[in-house]
Order: sequence, then structure tokens, then C-alpha cells
Amino acid sequence: MIHISNLSKSYKTAKGVIPVLQNIDLFIPKGDIFGIIGFSGAGKSTLIRCLNRLEEPDSGTIEIGGKVITDLPEKELRQARQKIGMIFQQFNLLDARTVFQNVAFPLEVAGHPKPFIRARVREILDLVQLGDKENVYPFQLSGGQKQRVGIARALVNQPDLLLSDEATSALDPQTTYSILELLREINRQLKLTIVLITHELDVLQHVCNNMAVIENGRIVETGTVEKFFLNPESDTAKRFVHIIDHYREKRSVMEGVGAGI
Amino acid sequence: MNNDLIDLLWEGLLETLYMVFWSSLFALAMGVVLGVTLVVTDKGGILEAPKLNKVISTVINGVRSLPLIILIVLLLPLSRLIVGTTLGPTAAIVSLSIGAAPFLGRIIESALKEVSAGKIEAAKAVGATPFTIIFRVLIPEAMPALVRGITIGIIGITEFTAVAGAIGAGGLGSLAIRFGYQRFREDVLIATVLLIILLVQIIQWSGDLLVKSINKKRYKFE
Ligand SMILES: Nc1ncnc2c1ncn2[C@@H]1O[C@H](COP(=O)(O)OP(=O)(O)OP(=O)(O)O)[C@@H](O)[C@H]1O
Ligand SMILES: [Mg+2]
Repeated sequence: MIHISNLSKSYKTAKGVIPVLQNIDLFIPKGDIFGIIGFSGAGKSTLIRCLNRLEEPDSGTIEIGGKVITDLPEKELRQARQKIGMIFQQFNLLDARTVFQNVAFPLEVAGHPKPFIRARVREILDLVQLGDKENVYPFQLSGGQKQRVGIARALVNQPDLLLSDEATSALDPQTTYSILELLREINRQLKLTIVLITHELDVLQHVCNNMAVIENGRIVETGTVEKFFLNPESDTAKRFVHIIDHYREKRSVMEGVGAGI
Repeated sequence: MNNDLIDLLWEGLLETLYMVFWSSLFALAMGVVLGVTLVVTDKGGILEAPKLNKVISTVINGVRSLPLIILIVLLLPLSRLIVGTTLGPTAAIVSLSIGAAPFLGRIIESALKEVSAGKIEAAKAVGATPFTIIFRVLIPEAMPALVRGITIGIIGITEFTAVAGAIGAGGLGSLAIRFGYQRFREDVLIATVLLIILLVQIIQWSGDLLVKSINKKRYKFE
């Protein structure tokens, strides 16, 4: 589904050129929920934003569903973007629009007729369980509800791919869980490929099948989530898993103490 | 106050309203073009064009640094060209519009800059064109700030008309100078000042009301 080869990107700053992605090679299978994990500043956001070219890579190619995204001229890029949904940590809903109008936006952009938009938006709002909120403004929604609107907006034009950049990082654990469940459900129902960026192991463990670890702009490990937890190879992976192990040990010690009393 | 005076004030008020209305309309049209262009051509904007941005910005700063009265004088030939005269309210509209456009351009630019980059990005991500982003995202999202800024702009134009009155534009400003200053008619002076204050208040109230109604819709519970 997604082939990334030899992708590099750097930022020019006052201090000079900072390489942010270095020779990334990655394959993401169709229908997968693919996790990308890494510490802050590793280049996760930059990588996912290259996929729909919100960020222009310096070199390398990205192929999505047979289309070489990195070669597309502006107009075709915009068309390709219509089939790549994206959800954001800060939701990025439009305050001037109701829930319905927010979700309708991608369909307006795609030039669909009004009756079609109405029917399709209602359908997708039901899917994210916001059918009763269509005339409400984003201001009146909770974080979890806002992200559901974000998801509905990302899905309404029936994309083949959904990009999620820390979509649950601003949410509490309970809400995170319900959003992840929704993503899993959508992946199953719509056979949609999801690329999900996170720095939370819970998220990986909960929804992802395959994953990659990114460290200082390089992919240092790929494989199944299971392998990541059982047999971490890269430093980053070991550090992540070590944190869990640490708490697991602590808990068992505490439980042991408790049992002893 | 005698009837003559009331007629005089009434006529002055109508002239002022006429100048404020048309100058605001033209200045606003030019200001929107300038403000939007400044924002979209800025670094990281949806139609990045640093050179164009720099040129417009420099011209705006140039025009804004001129005292209004000088600007009006400089624009007199243009008034003659467009409306055939350099005197009266209609001629003043030409100078006032051009004088106020850079001011409104900056106001509109700063209002549009309040729209978060994330919203623009979300629109880009669904494949929206720059045109769609400008008209369906940038401007609507900035509407409360825009109205607030434009209100300040129109009040500024109202003050400009009074200045223009000093050099033959007509209106309340001209009355204040001709009668209040040159003929020592304090009653006329006070009456014109009161009318201008009232006018400014009404503009401010209308702007506030409009902002309130937009915000009430977006940010308050039903
Ligand atoms: N516009 C920019 N200009 C300069 N440097 C940037 C820019 N955007 C990102 N960077 C740098 O690129 C690196 C990678 O950033 P990126 O946002 O991709 O990290 P991330 O893995 O998503 O981190 P986080 O988990 O904190 O979101 C960081 O060192 C960051 O400082
Ligand atoms: Mg990030």
C-alpha cells in the first residue's frame, strides 16, 4: 500500500541545516494499522506529514496505492489528498462551522452535490456516534467528541488511508480507549489502512499490528508489535519497553509486599 | 439654535456620512485584498511569495508613514483625474480611500493571522485549493477579529474625514473649521464635535453588537 524509499528531509535554521529524516525506507501493508513510535523530536510528525506532503521531502519517493505522491503536481496532489484522511492532536476543527458543516467540508471541496453531502455526513456522524450533535459548534464539545468530529471529517470522503498524528495525546485514558476502539472498528469495517503516530505504548499495544521505531530521523526497527514488546532490538525500543518492565516489576514487588502482610 | 444652523449641521452630517460610507467601502475592498495577500504570501503561507510580500509591506509602510494631510495633497491630482475636481466630499473619497487602505490592510492582516495554522493545515489536508482556504476557512474563522478591526478602521476613517474637512472636503470637519475656528462660533463647534462623537459611538456599538452576535453563535451554549 505505502512504499517509502530513501526519504530524507532537513530543516534550515539559523544554526544550520538540521537533518530530520534520513534515508527512510518503509513498507506499510494495505489494511494494516501501522504504528510509528519514537521519542519527542525523533521526526514522527515530519514523516507522517510527508505522506500527504504537508511537508515537502528533500529527496526520496513515497508511493501510496500505486501513485507516486512525491511526483504529483499541485492539482493532482490536491486530488490525492482528498483520499487521504488526517486527524490531528489539536483536532483543528473550524469554529465558524457546526459539527455537520465541519464534516461536510471535505465533500464541499470534492465538489459533491448538497443532497449527497447531507446523506453522507449523517451516515458518518452516526458511525462516530455524534448523530445528535450535528448542529452544535465545536466549542460545545468535549475533547473526545471533537476528535470524533475530526475522525468523521477524515473519513467522510471515503479515503483509502488515514493518517493520525498523536490523535489521542490530548485525551484522557478513558477517552483515548474509546477513540482507539473506534479506529479499530473503522479499520475492520471499511478496510482502511491507518498510519498512527504515537509516543504511548498503550496505543500501540491496543490497536497496531505492525510498527516501526524512529530514532533521530532514522527507522531503527520494524516488525510486529508483539516482537517489539518481546524482543526489542533498537535502543529506543529497549528504552520504551524497559519503562514498562520497570513498572511491572515495581508492581509485582508491591503486590508481593501486600501479599506478605 | 436657529433653523439655519440646524440645516447647516444636517448638511454637514450627511456629507460626512457620505464620505465615511464610500471611503470605508473602497478602503475595505482594497484593505481586504492587501491583508489577504500579505497573509497568504507570507513565509509559510498558502501562496508563499516572500518578494511580493516584501514589496507590498514596504509600500504600505511608506503610505502609512505620511501624515494624512500630506497624503491628501499628494492625491489631489488623482482626485481630479477620477472625479474631475479636487474639492468637495466626492473628491475627498478618493484620497480618504487610498489613505485608509493600508491602515485597513494591516488591520485585516493581523486579524487573519489569528487563525491557527492547524486549521489551515486541516483544510490543505483534505485537498482544498488556496481559493477555498481563503474564502471558506481563513476569512470565516477570523470573522470576529475582522469585524473588531474593521470597526476601528471605520472610526479611523471618520476621523480622517474631519481632517479632510480642513482642506475643502466638506462635512462636519469643514463646519467645525469654517464656523468654529474662523468665525468663533462656539455653538457650531460644540455641535459638530458632539455629532462626531455620537457617530463614532454608533459605529463602535454596531461593531461590538456584530462581534457579540457572531461569538454568541460560535462560543456560547444554546
Ligand atoms: N518547521 C521546522 N523548522 C525547524 N525545525 C523543525 C521544524 N519542524 C520540526 N523541526 C525539528 O525537526 C525535528 C523533528 O520534529 P517532529 O515534529 O517531526 O518530531 P516528533 O517526533 O513529531 O516529536 P513530538 O513527539 O514532540 O511531536 C525536531 O528536532 C524539531 O525541532
Ligand atoms: Mg509530533
